[in-house]
Amino acid sequence: MSELTHRSALELAAGLKSGEFSSVEVTQAHLDRIHATEADFGSFITVTDDLALETAKAVDAKRSTGDDVHALAGVPVALKDLVVTEGVRTTAASKMLENWVPPYESTVHNKVRTAGLPVLGKTNLDEFAMGSTTEHSALGTTRNPWNLEHVPGGSSGGAAAALAGFQAPLSVGTDTGGSVRQPAAFTGTVGVKPTYGSISRFGIIAMASSLDQVGPMGRSVADAAALHELLAGHDPLDSTSLPDPVAGFVSAAQTSDLAGKKLGVIKQLRGEGYQDGVRDAFSAALDVAAAAGAEIVEVDCPSISYALDAYYLLMPSEVSSNLARYDGMRYGLRSEPESGPITAETVMAATRAAGFGDEVKRRIILGTYALSAGYYDAYYGSAQKVRTLVQNDFAKAFESCDVLVSPTAPTTALKFGAEAAADPMALYLGDVATIPANLAGIPGLSLPAGLAGGLPVGFQILAPAREDVTMYEVAGPLEAALEASGTRVLDTLAEGLTTK
Amino acid sequence: MKYEDAIRKYDPVIGIEVHVELGTATKMFDAAPNTFGGGPNTSITPTSLGLPGSLPVVNEKGVEYAIKIGLALDCEIAETCRFARKNYFYPDVPKDFQTSQSDEPIASEGELEIELEDGTMFTVPIERAHMEEDAGKNTHIGGSDGRIHGAEYSLVDYNRAGVPLVEIVTHPITGTGDRAAEVASTYVRTLRDIFRALGVSEARMEQGNVRADVNVSLRESPDAPLGTRTETKNVNSFRSIERAVRYEIARQATRLEAGEKIVQETRHFHEGTGETSSGRPKSDADDYRYFPEPDLVPLVPSRDWVEELRGTLPELPAQKRRRLIGEWEFSDLEMRDIVNAGLLEAIDDTVAAGAKPAAARKWWTGEVARLANQKDQHPAELVTPAQVAALIGLINDGKLNDKLAKDVLTAVADGEGDPAEVMGSRGLEIVEDTGALEAAVEEAIAANPDVVEKIKGGKMQAIGALMGPIMKATRGQADAGKAKDLILAKING
Repeated sequence: MSELTHRSALELAAGLKSGEFSSVEVTQAHLDRIHATEADFGSFITVTDDLALETAKAVDAKRSTGDDVHALAGVPVALKDLVVTEGVRTTAASKMLENWVPPYESTVHNKVRTAGLPVLGKTNLDEFAMGSTTEHSALGTTRNPWNLEHVPGGSSGGAAAALAGFQAPLSVGTDTGGSVRQPAAFTGTVGVKPTYGSISRFGIIAMASSLDQVGPMGRSVADAAALHELLAGHDPLDSTSLPDPVAGFVSAAQTSDLAGKKLGVIKQLRGEGYQDGVRDAFSAALDVAAAAGAEIVEVDCPSISYALDAYYLLMPSEVSSNLARYDGMRYGLRSEPESGPITAETVMAATRAAGFGDEVKRRIILGTYALSAGYYDAYYGSAQKVRTLVQNDFAKAFESCDVLVSPTAPTTALKFGAEAAADPMALYLGDVATIPANLAGIPGLSLPAGLAGGLPVGFQILAPAREDVTMYEVAGPLEAALEASGTRVLDTLAEGLTTK
Repeated sequence: MKYEDAIRKYDPVIGIEVHVELGTATKMFDAAPNTFGGGPNTSITPTSLGLPGSLPVVNEKGVEYAIKIGLALDCEIAETCRFARKNYFYPDVPKDFQTSQSDEPIASEGELEIELEDGTMFTVPIERAHMEEDAGKNTHIGGSDGRIHGAEYSLVDYNRAGVPLVEIVTHPITGTGDRAAEVASTYVRTLRDIFRALGVSEARMEQGNVRADVNVSLRESPDAPLGTRTETKNVNSFRSIERAVRYEIARQATRLEAGEKIVQETRHFHEGTGETSSGRPKSDADDYRYFPEPDLVPLVPSRDWVEELRGTLPELPAQKRRRLIGEWEFSDLEMRDIVNAGLLEAIDDTVAAGAKPAAARKWWTGEVARLANQKDQHPAELVTPAQVAALIGLINDGKLNDKLAKDVLTAVADGEGDPAEVMGSRGLEIVEDTGALEAAVEEAIAANPDVVEKIKGGKMQAIGALMGPIMKATRGQADAGKAKDLILAKING
């Protein structure tokens, strides 16, 4: 395994700048590793060797003439296959879009291309981002590099596995209810869900519009912060995009310290239903933070108990509407009924029956029901009220602390099969700690905080809306303190993988 | 039952939904051009097609036009309002939902005064005006007369998908009595005039810029609760609106007389027969699963902006009519003739160009209208207000008399140029060249000594005998008064 694949994105950026190696070398090393390990990990739906090398060559050429390039130019990145890439198949891991080649460009890919980051490929996910194991992908299985019998989490499971498997130094995921933070926790990587509106959703295939947010992922807080800086900023093509100027996330992560920082432990998110190993690792991380000067307080967010229920009404409602367009009329899969007349209606029905998987259908049915006349007020209406209460709870909690913290997920990575697929409700419960941030629109981040039973545990940091900087100001020094105390989880994995 | 009998026996209640396509440069939620015509699927973007990942952005001009319409209809403009998704599956709706407004329209609770044929004013109560996007257009191939039934396949053109619409909904309109049909068509005509006056739409009925759905129900008496209504969709000319209302009133009365129930449904209007036919059943429980559009933020039109727009509202047709009646001192009848002839604008512009109202009215409704009628054109297409004002100016200056002015006007209408040019090039000006006139007078005096004697003898009527030769010599351009003065001066020397 090439040593280049083990460097952080910022280390690679520095080496490219100093001329230690070229982007073609870096990109080729990652492509080689992808081809050597994909049979095990299955992180990618599509690997784009030619496109990546083409970008790498162009960046190398530009650098050699002394032209100004972006700080991350030449550092490869993997994109969740929910990000529209003009001219490159974009599937949402669904049979519905298995062969769809977009005729237009997303803002995210546009920024990545313009900055000169070679795109290694499109990573696997739960179909249309619905799921938390990546088992709901219609186009392949992704395994957790820590233990191939375990899931990588989801829905950005491919993006997380590509990082943990040293296939890519940076990944772009999306997070609607924890889809970046939970797989980051399951794979010992860093996943960020920025403030809603921080990164443009134009060209991100929608799941639930009011909750979806693009999430930068890396193997360190600073790497994820650097990718966040690249992707953030106002986009006139997305009406929900924030006008805020992009702050210095990397310097916030690298130059602050924990002294005097107030960390609020959410009472509702550390007790019942949490694995002992997860609780232990979380407590140990709090001790490390306290030793580094942070003040730990307990805060009460009572409405969080209802957040999951509200989420499972609002999210499917928006899903039922957002996914209506996959009807076989304009693009993507088109199926005709096996018998009976062929009309627009029967073709739409046949297409949707054939093109969507069970989890997608389940949520479409739930949402259609929740929005129906006579039920709207009781379901969608009440859920919106809970959403307001969650926002109020967070606002109140942030009066007494800088950030809120909790374990990212109640468990470590689940095993494939029975445990994961049998009971949807148990899986939904796994999102209990991550969903509130999406409901409130606030930023959240998961970073690795040790191991439990040989699998990584995630530590979640939540900050007030539009204060992503505050989140990095805690995450950066906490990561450093944890590493100094001996908890550098990816080193463990790297050693394990080296001997493989 | 005949309409006349139906309207005597029952009290009709109507309700009208008007859709107007706004004349913005681009579509309501994306940058595709908003144009009529063009090849199929050429005015489109990823958003018009509802491609995965595409997002809407509100067209501010569309909002501005909607607010102007709301203000013109005396509506309250919402301080905050949201778009909503109306979810239903149909191939011409690219996202399988229409972005519209549900319980938060931009404008609500207004009224519109309309003037009926005989000058009676009638107030139509407005429930709301809201913004939404148009759907694409289906073309059904292989069936009979372009209908989906029996078609082999259908083609969809998304050029129209996303074109901005404002839908204006009335409250139930009661108290029309036997004028229900006239109220319906006059209301839509008045709206059409307002859209044009506001400059928010070309408002061409024949291009489908303005489309009306007409609701009709009957009840035993004005005190009775509202009856079951039908909604006749897409009635697209003023005459058709009247015919559809009359037909529905007669049809519903016939059913009620026979003890049958009215089915709540949508109906189609057939231009050829003037009849309506059953469409699809419609119940109030049609479930479009409306919910707030999460891809758009709430719209919060600032009060300053709304007031600024109110300040830019042009004078609306009804206000203008009332003002001009006062200023011009025309009779109601004269005014109505002008309005019906579509000459209000032309006369107003002619007055603005310096002509007296009476003269402007006389020329537009008289000679201009006569020439236009001959050419089968609208008077305003024939000549401009500036030309008519110039013509009147030449008369007032004594350069033209009425007869010459008519000749000038005919030439102007034939495109020979402005009145002054035509007068010059055709030599139609009243001759003021006293040299030419003097010569003609002297010639006439010399040729008619007997007449001169009579004049000298005090028989002033005899002057008329000299005018014929003078006019002949000057080809009719002599000013009769001046010629007379000259004759007397010369004879009495």
